[in-house]
Amino acid sequence: MNGTDSTGGEGGATRTGGWPLWEVFVRSRRGLSHTHAGSLHAPDAEMALRNARDLYTRRSEGVSLWVVPSAAITASSPDEKDPFFEPAADKPYRHPTFYEVPEGVRNL
Amino acid sequence: MTTVLPGTPSDTPAGAGPGTGADAGPDAAPRAPMDAEAAARAYGPAFDAAVAADERIEPRDWMPDAYRATLVRQIAQHAHSEIIGMQPEANWITRAPSLRRKAILMAKVQDEAGHGLYLYSAAETLGASRDDLLDKLHSGRQRYSSIFNYPTLTWADVGAIGWLVDGAAITNQVPLCRCSYGPYARAMVRVCKEESFHQRQGYELLLELSRGTEAQHAMAQDAVDRWWWPSLMMFGPPDDESAHSAQSMEWKIKRHSNDELRQRFVDICVPQAEALGLTLPDPDLKWNEEQGRWDFGAIDWDEFKAVLKGDGPCNEQRLTQRRTAHEEGAWVREAAAAHAARKQARTATEREGAMAR
Repeated sequence: MNGTDSTGGEGGATRTGGWPLWEVFVRSRRGLSHTHAGSLHAPDAEMALRNARDLYTRRSEGVSLWVVPSAAITASSPDEKDPFFEPAADKPYRHPTFYEVPEGVRNL
Repeated sequence: MTTVLPGTPSDTPAGAGPGTGADAGPDAAPRAPMDAEAAARAYGPAFDAAVAADERIEPRDWMPDAYRATLVRQIAQHAHSEIIGMQPEANWITRAPSLRRKAILMAKVQDEAGHGLYLYSAAETLGASRDDLLDKLHSGRQRYSSIFNYPTLTWADVGAIGWLVDGAAITNQVPLCRCSYGPYARAMVRVCKEESFHQRQGYELLLELSRGTEAQHAMAQDAVDRWWWPSLMMFGPPDDESAHSAQSMEWKIKRHSNDELRQRFVDICVPQAEALGLTLPDPDLKWNEEQGRWDFGAIDWDEFKAVLKGDGPCNEQRLTQRRTAHEEGAWVREAAAAHAARKQARTATEREGAMAR
């Protein structure tokens, strides 16, 4: 057991010349949430943001950017995927299709 | 709440997971509490099932060491090709014949840098370090595509590279969008979207020359004559000589064989050349009615091997320029890091000061 498994999102935790790794999230247009686009190295948050603009939005792919230090992301473990997410599997009553509705009943 | 993962020592620092650790390079010996064989027995079936079901393998999943090493080698070589590939075309930026062409070429060369960065990031998800990859490029321990060891002698070469070299790259890369390794496949989706502009601008450039003066037409033809064969070599050695092909196909890193992709490329190019009003420099090129494809002449694999080994026209020049750029940029990287560190220290001091009050 080694406590929480904090990892660099996808990009791991390698450093380039002392530049940490950042994960980049792009909101492609208003009304949508930010989505993970990739990662990059930068000395600080400000430069990470500028680099993210040049790297991930050269063709107007975004209207808003987030950069997050990869080391700040805590991820679930792929190995524990089954026990970790299992509690949801045996609760089909959380889905509307679980329930029987008499024929002819509408707007339900 | 987290059990120790295969390939992860129990004292893993925060920030390092399997395949994402700072020093878990592809060559690093397995430092697992569980030995490699036991891990393969425990996790191998899940990996095989995921590959068989066309699911994607993600960075922190268990994967065979050889799968990881193959991907690192391939992605690194791909990333190196993107950034070395900036050089032959960048030579023409200052000599582009119009502002329109100059803007296009700058955008294209910038895209190549971007593609390199997407790919280096993908390699890093496998535990490779960026510095280590660059080091291996600079010391010749990892390769880049041999196509970039040919010179760009005329403006028409910019067109031929866009049409043929980027065209061959697209033919290679489209199937990689379905590669079994998630981060590589996602990088390729971005790359392929952007490459199609590269190919079209090259084609348009050649078309303009081909329809221009006699001298311009001859320049376009000369460029196509020089770039055709090296472009066919981009697909790699013939299937029966390709060292890694079979295993890569089994792992679904590769989806089609070298020869299959090369044939596909030839079939695409023949009618495109005709529309350009240019010919392809192969007297043996003829339509095979029975097979429904174009037969083409023998490729000079000795030339391919020589260029790969370092005897191409520009090998030395490309690597030297790459090393020089890296060394001359060192002070910028260091200054930016120093500035960031100082700023962070200042922020910390201010915060302490505020708390003291």
